[in-house]
Amino acid sequence: MASSYSAKEEDGQRAGAPGPAGNANSGKKPDNTAFKQQRLPAWQPILTAGTVLPAFFIIGLIFIPIGIGLFVTSNNIKEFEIDYTGTDSWSPCYNCAQNYSWNSSTPCRCTLPFTLEQPFESNVFMYYGLSNFYQNHRRYVKSRDDSQLNGDLSSLKYPSKECEPYRLNENKPIAPCGAIANSMFNDTLELYYIDPNGTQTLIPLMKKGIAWWTDKHVKFRNPGGSNANLTAVFQVSTKPVNWRNPVYELDSDPENNGFINEDFIVWMRTAALPTFRKLYRIIQKKNNMTPTLPRGNYTLEVVYNYPVNSFEGRKRMILSTISWMGGKNPFLGIAYITVGSVCFFLGVVLLFIHHKYGNRNNSSDIPN
Amino acid sequence: MLRRRINLLFGGDEKRVDSRTIYVGHRPCPATEAFIPPKFCDNRIVSSKYTIWNFLPKNLFEQFRRIANFYFLIIFLVQVIVDTPTSPVTSGLPLFFVITVTAIKQGYEDWLRHKADYEVNKYPVIVLEDGRSIRKESEKIKVGDIVEVVEDETFPCDLILLQSTRDDDTCFVTTASLDGESNHKTHYTVPDTEKDLQSLNATIECEQPQPDLYKFVGRMHIYKTDQEPAVRSLGPENLLLKGATLKNTKKIYGVAVYTGMETKMALNYQGKSQKRSAVEKSINAFLLVYLCILISKAVVCTTLKYVWQSQDGQDEPWYNEKTQKEKDTYVYLKMFTDFLSFMVLFNFIIPVSMYVTVEMQKFLGSFFITWDKDFFDPEIQEGALVNTSDLNEELGQVEYVFTDKTGTLTQNNMEYIECCIDGFQYRNSDSMSELDGFCVTDGPVSKLQQKAGRDKEELFLRALCLCHTVQVKEAGPDEIDSDQVDGLVSELSQPDEQRGFIASSPDEVALVKGAMKHGFTFLGLENKSMKIRNRENNVELYDLLHVLNFDPVRRRMSVIVRSKSGETLLFCKGADSSIFPRVRQEEVDRIRMHVERNATEGYRTLCVAYKQLSPEEFAVADAGLRDARLALQDREEKLMAVYNQVETSMSLIGATAVEDRLQEEAAETMEALQGAGMKVWVLTGDKMETAKSTCYACRLFQRGTELLELTVRTLEDGGRKREERLHELLLDYHKKAVQDAPPVKAGVTRSWSTANQEYGFIVDGATLSLVMNPSPDTNSSRYKSLFLQICQNCTAVLCCRMAPLQKAQIVKMVKNSKGSPITLSIGDGANDVSMILEAHVGIGIKGKEGRQAVRNSDYAIPKLKHLKKLLLAHGHLYYVRIAHLVQYFFYKNLCFILPQFLYQFFCGYSQQPLYDAAYLTMYNICFTSMPILAFSLLEQHIAIEYLLDNATLYREIAKNAMLKWGPFLYWTVLGIFQGLLFFFGVKYLFSNPALQDNGQVFGNWSYGTIVFTVLVFTVTLKLALDTRHWTWINHFVIWGSLAFYVFFSFFWGGIIWPFLKQQRLYFVFANMLSSVSAWLVIILLILLSLLPDILLMVFRKPRGPHARQKKKIQTSAEARQSRSSIRPLLMRTFSDESNTVI
Repeated sequence: MASSYSAKEEDGQRAGAPGPAGNANSGKKPDNTAFKQQRLPAWQPILTAGTVLPAFFIIGLIFIPIGIGLFVTSNNIKEFEIDYTGTDSWSPCYNCAQNYSWNSSTPCRCTLPFTLEQPFESNVFMYYGLSNFYQNHRRYVKSRDDSQLNGDLSSLKYPSKECEPYRLNENKPIAPCGAIANSMFNDTLELYYIDPNGTQTLIPLMKKGIAWWTDKHVKFRNPGGSNANLTAVFQVSTKPVNWRNPVYELDSDPENNGFINEDFIVWMRTAALPTFRKLYRIIQKKNNMTPTLPRGNYTLEVVYNYPVNSFEGRKRMILSTISWMGGKNPFLGIAYITVGSVCFFLGVVLLFIHHKYGNRNNSSDIPN
Repeated sequence: MLRRRINLLFGGDEKRVDSRTIYVGHRPCPATEAFIPPKFCDNRIVSSKYTIWNFLPKNLFEQFRRIANFYFLIIFLVQVIVDTPTSPVTSGLPLFFVITVTAIKQGYEDWLRHKADYEVNKYPVIVLEDGRSIRKESEKIKVGDIVEVVEDETFPCDLILLQSTRDDDTCFVTTASLDGESNHKTHYTVPDTEKDLQSLNATIECEQPQPDLYKFVGRMHIYKTDQEPAVRSLGPENLLLKGATLKNTKKIYGVAVYTGMETKMALNYQGKSQKRSAVEKSINAFLLVYLCILISKAVVCTTLKYVWQSQDGQDEPWYNEKTQKEKDTYVYLKMFTDFLSFMVLFNFIIPVSMYVTVEMQKFLGSFFITWDKDFFDPEIQEGALVNTSDLNEELGQVEYVFTDKTGTLTQNNMEYIECCIDGFQYRNSDSMSELDGFCVTDGPVSKLQQKAGRDKEELFLRALCLCHTVQVKEAGPDEIDSDQVDGLVSELSQPDEQRGFIASSPDEVALVKGAMKHGFTFLGLENKSMKIRNRENNVELYDLLHVLNFDPVRRRMSVIVRSKSGETLLFCKGADSSIFPRVRQEEVDRIRMHVERNATEGYRTLCVAYKQLSPEEFAVADAGLRDARLALQDREEKLMAVYNQVETSMSLIGATAVEDRLQEEAAETMEALQGAGMKVWVLTGDKMETAKSTCYACRLFQRGTELLELTVRTLEDGGRKREERLHELLLDYHKKAVQDAPPVKAGVTRSWSTANQEYGFIVDGATLSLVMNPSPDTNSSRYKSLFLQICQNCTAVLCCRMAPLQKAQIVKMVKNSKGSPITLSIGDGANDVSMILEAHVGIGIKGKEGRQAVRNSDYAIPKLKHLKKLLLAHGHLYYVRIAHLVQYFFYKNLCFILPQFLYQFFCGYSQQPLYDAAYLTMYNICFTSMPILAFSLLEQHIAIEYLLDNATLYREIAKNAMLKWGPFLYWTVLGIFQGLLFFFGVKYLFSNPALQDNGQVFGNWSYGTIVFTVLVFTVTLKLALDTRHWTWINHFVIWGSLAFYVFFSFFWGGIIWPFLKQQRLYFVFANMLSSVSAWLVIILLILLSLLPDILLMVFRKPRGPHARQKKKIQTSAEARQSRSSIRPLLMRTFSDESNTVI
C-alpha cells in the first residue's frame, strides 16, 4: 500500500525545494504525543489585581525595613575625607603640587592637619581617592600583561603588545609593563595622632589585606616561584619609566614584594569610574577599651610624588569604617525605602481600583 | 528547393531563426542539399542551482546579498581591520554560524533537486535506432530520435506522435502534472505516415520552443521515393508534451522535437517567487530604526570624544600616553576609525542571533503543522504539508480568503441525486430497499406517488446510458493492482459500481452510475457498438454512429446510435439553456420547474432530449458530419454548423440532477473565517446559479444578505449598452454598499450584533473583464476603484465564470489595494495555481485534481475544514509568538547595549566595553536565546480550544497589531528605561566602590558584571512574566538559562585561562556575590525594572483574562444560537433568495 502510494506521489517532476518538513510525515498518522499536539501540561499563571496586590504589599513591607536598616547602617558609618591636591595657595601641599618635577631626587613632603569630630570605633580603612583620573579609559585598561603578572617568564622577556607604549625601555622589557603599572599611585600617606598634650604618635597602618585574596595569591605571582631571588629574576627587565624603584624593591617584606605587592595589586584593579577610591591601609582596632581613632587632632603626612594637576585631577585621603554592606553609601537605603514605598502606594491604589472595578465586573458576570 | 521556397515565403533569413528543422530518425532527406546535423540542447533537465564546484562562492555571494548578512560581514571586517574594543570573534562566530546553517540547508535542498534531476535524466527510455530498439537514458535523447513510450509512462520529451497501437491512430494522455486536468485527452498521429517507421523519411519544421502548452505550429515533409514530398500540417493535437502520461494506449512512437530545457514543461517551470511575510517587513522597518539609533549613538560618541579631547590634558594625560602608531595617524582617519569602533561596540543592538532565532522558530514551528493530528485525513492517509516555513505568522494575518469552489468548497465528487422523467420526479434514495423497489417492482419511488410511462422511463435511462463519452476501463490482472491504488480514494464503493469509468468530466460518470442504479448498466464500447444491460438483464447493442462532442459554446453533446431494430436515434444532453430552445415548447414547462428547483438547491442539472432520425435525415446528417470532419479549413466552424443543424426539433424526455457535495464542515469553516473578520471571496469557473447556491449552503450568503449582482444577465437587462449599464450599476451599488453604510469602526470589520445590512456581491468573468479592462474611452480606473470599494464593503463576494488568470488578477487587485491586505488563496486544482502563487499565502488542498496546487502552495491540507484550525489556532499562535520574539529581541538588545553606550560618557569616550568579551558574545547566543526560542515555539497565550471557539479573537491581532509602531515604541521605551536603570543604579552604588565588608574595592569589571547580571535576570524574568503557558520546557529553559549564566560566570572567573592574554574576570563574579550590597542592588534593580510591566499587565486588563474569555464564549455562543435558529445546518430551501437585487 505504502509503495503504491509513493509511486503515485512521484508522478510528474517535483518542482521547487521541499519544505522543511518535507514528506517526512506524510503517509502516516502523526504521533499523538502531547508535545507534537501542543498539549503539554502547562501552568497558566494569570496576573490579576487580586494576585499582584498582596505581592505589592509584601514587597513594600519587606523593602521599607531593609531600606531603613541600610540607611541607618550607612549613616552609622564614620567617614572622613580630606583633599590634599594642593591646587589652592593656602593648601600645605600647594608648593609640592606646583613645583612638581619628575626627576627630583628629594621627595616633596607636606603636612595636613585635620580634626575628627567623632571617634572611629571599629577598624578604620584608609583610602586614597583620585578624581578625573580615567583608569577606565580603554587604552589604559588594556595596557597590561596578565601573564607577565602571573609570573610567566617568557612574558617577562617579551611583554604583550598591548603594553605599548610602555612595553620596552631602552630595548629592555619593562616589568610590570603597561600604562596601568607605569602610573601606579606612589604617594606615601602617614597619619599622626596629636594628643591633647601635643605629642605626635604615628598611627600604625597595616598594608596587608587590602587586595583581593585571589588576586594576591593566584592572579599575581612573581616570576620564578615564591622563593626566587627577585632581584636576579627581574634582571632581564627594566623598571617602568615613571617608577623610582624597580618592582623588586617595592617592599622589604618578601611576601609583599614584586608583583604580589598589595599596593600594586590594588592599583592594577582598574576603577569603574573616573572618580574612585582605592584601599590604602587598614588601621586595626587595638582593644575594646579605646576607639581606633579617638576624636581629636591629627596630621596627615604626605610624600607628594603623584602629579594630578596636568589633567585637573584631585587627590583625597579618606578614613572610613566599614559595615556589612561596605563603605558609606546612602543610595541603597534611600532606593530601598523609595521602592518599598512606591510598591506600598501602588498596592493601595490597586486595592482601590480592584475594589471599585472588581465589584462592577462581578455584577456583570452574574447574568452568566 | 522546397525549403528555399518556404524561406522565401516566410521572408527569408530572419524567419529562419524562428523555426527549427528536425530530421526524423536522423536520416538525411533527399530534398536538402546537405545533411547538417543541427545542434539542439540535450534532454537533460537541470533544476538545481549549484554544482559542487560553484556551490561555495555562489552560495556565499547569494547569502551576502541579504542586507542583514552583508551588514554583519562589514561589522566583522571592521573588527578585523580596525583596532576595536571587541574581538572579531564576538560577531564573527554568530555570523559564521548563520552562514553555515543556511548554506547547509540550501545545499541539502539543492542536493534533493540534483537527485530529482538525476532520476528524471537517467530514466530509461527506448529509442528506435536503425531499426533496433535501444534502451537509453532519458538525458541522451536527441532531437530527431524516435522514442517509444508504453502505457502509463510519462513522455521523456516533447514528441510528435507518429504511430499508435490504437486502431484509430489516436492515443490518450493525461496532463495532470502539467495543467492539472486529469481527464483523458486524445492526440492524433500525423496522417499518412508510413507504418514502417524505418523507411519513414521525413523532416519536421516547427517553431522554436515557446512555453504556451496549447500552441504548436509545424509541418512535416514526408519524402517517398519517386514521389513529390507530401506536406502535413502539425498542430497541438499531434504534440505529446513532456510530463504528460500515456493512458489507455499500449504503445506509441514519436519523434522528439523539443528536448531538455526547451520542452514546454521546462519552459513553464518557474521557480516559486520568494514570498515575504509582513512580519519580515516589520523587522526590516525596526531594523532601520535601530540602525539609525546605532549610527546616531556612534556619531554622538565620536563627536563628544573629540570635544572632550580638545580640553587640556584629557586627550593624552601623562599616565595614558598614546602609542607611536596612534600619534602618527591622520586625525580625520582617526575620527573615522573611532566612528567605526563605536559602531562595532554598539553593533549588538542589531543582533545576528535574531535572524538565527527567527529562522529556527519558523523552521521548528512549522513542524507543529505537520505534526497536528487534526490535519490528518484517514482517507488519503496524509496530514498537512508545509512547503515553506517563511509564512507561518502570515497565517494569523489573513484578511481576504479567496477560495475555489469545485474541489475546495465542494468535494468534486459528483453524485447522482435524482432525475425527472416527463415531469415526474425520481429521487434516488440511498436506502437500498427503495432502490430495489424501483428496479424490481417497476414502481418508481416518487414523492408525488406518480410515475411516467414505462416507455418514457426506459427511453430516458437508455439515453443516459448511451449519450456520453465514457469509457469502461478493461478489467485485467494489472487492473486489480491499479484498482487498489484507487481504492484508497474510494474504497467504500461496491465492486460492481466500481467499474472503472473514465470520462472527461465527473458528471458523465455520475450519470452513467445513476442510470446503473435505475437498472441500466453501460457495459462498454466494442467495435463501435455500445453495450448496455437493461432492467431485464438483457444486453442491448447499439451502433455508435456519431458523437457530437461537447463544447463549452454549445454546452451540450449528442450521440447518434442505431438500435438493433434499425431505428436511428439521436440523444442529446446539455445545459437547460441550450436544450430548451431546441425542443418542442409544450414539453418544456413541465420539466423547467424541476430543473430550476434543482439548480437552486445547488445541483448541477442537465436536460436530456432525443430525436428519432429518419433514414433520409440521417443520410443528410451523416454526410454533413463526414464532410465537416474532413474539412481542412475551418473544421471547427463547419462541424458546429452541422451539429446545430442536426440538434433541432428534439423532444425533451427528462432532466438529471447531480450533486457536487459540500466539503465536510465547509459551512462551519466559512462561518468561522467570517467571524474572524476575514472576507471570503469565492472564485470559480462554475456558473452563477450553482456557485450561488453553494455560497448559500456554505453560509457565505445569509438570509438577510442583500445580493448585488453584476453579471452579464444584469448588464443586458435594460437593453442598453453594456458600458452604460455597468456604470449605472456600479454607481448604484457603490451608493448602497459604501456610501450609505455606517462608517466602520477601525479594527472591527464586522461584528455579530450589528444590525447593519450585509451585502453579498456577485460578479462574473465577462463583467469582470469589462471592469478590469474597459474600453479606452470610459474612465477605466474609476470603475476599478468603485468595484473594489463595493467588494470591500461586502461580507462575501462571489466571482463566477472565472478563467484561472482572472482569479490571479482579482487576487492581485485586492493585494495591491489600499492598506495592502494580506490575502490567502485556497484551491485544489491546476486552475488555482495562479491565484495560489499570487496570494500572500497559498494553500493547496490535497484533492483529486492532481498535485499541482499542492506543489505550488505554501501549505497543503487534506480538507477545507482544516483551514479553520490552520488560521485561527496555528496562524494566531505563530503570529503572536513571532511578534513577541521580534519585539523581545530588539528590547533585550537595547537594554543590553544602552548601559554600554552610557558608560562611554564616563570613560572618556574611549570605546571601553562595559561587559567582558565573553559576556558580549554569549549574551545573545547562550544566556538569553533559549528562553525566547522556547517561548516562541510553545507559547499559547490563549488555549487552542478557545481560539477555535472564538473566531473573533483573530481580529485582535489583525493588521499586524503586535508589530505596529505603538507596541514597538512601548518595547523600546521599556528597553531604554531598563537600560538607564541598570546603568545608573549601579553607578550610584559605585559612588563608593568599597562594597565588601573587608573594605576592599570593586573595579570596572565588577561594575560590568553587576549590570550584566541584572540585565540577564531582568530580560529572562520579563519573558517569564510574559509567558502564559508554562510547560516543563519553559521552566527548564528559563531557570536553566539563569542557572547556566551563574554557572558559566563562576567557571569563567574560576580559573586562570591558560591561552588568554587577559584575565579580567578572574573571581570577579564570586567576589560580587560575596558583597551584600551587590545582592541588594541586583534584587532592587530587577524588581524595579519589572515593575512597569507588572503594573501594565494589571492595569491593561483590570478584569483579568478569565473574565474576558468567559465573555467571549458567551457572546459567540449567543451569536451561534441566533444564527442557527435562523437557518438549519444545510439549507435546502431558497425561498429567501428572492431578495436579490433586480
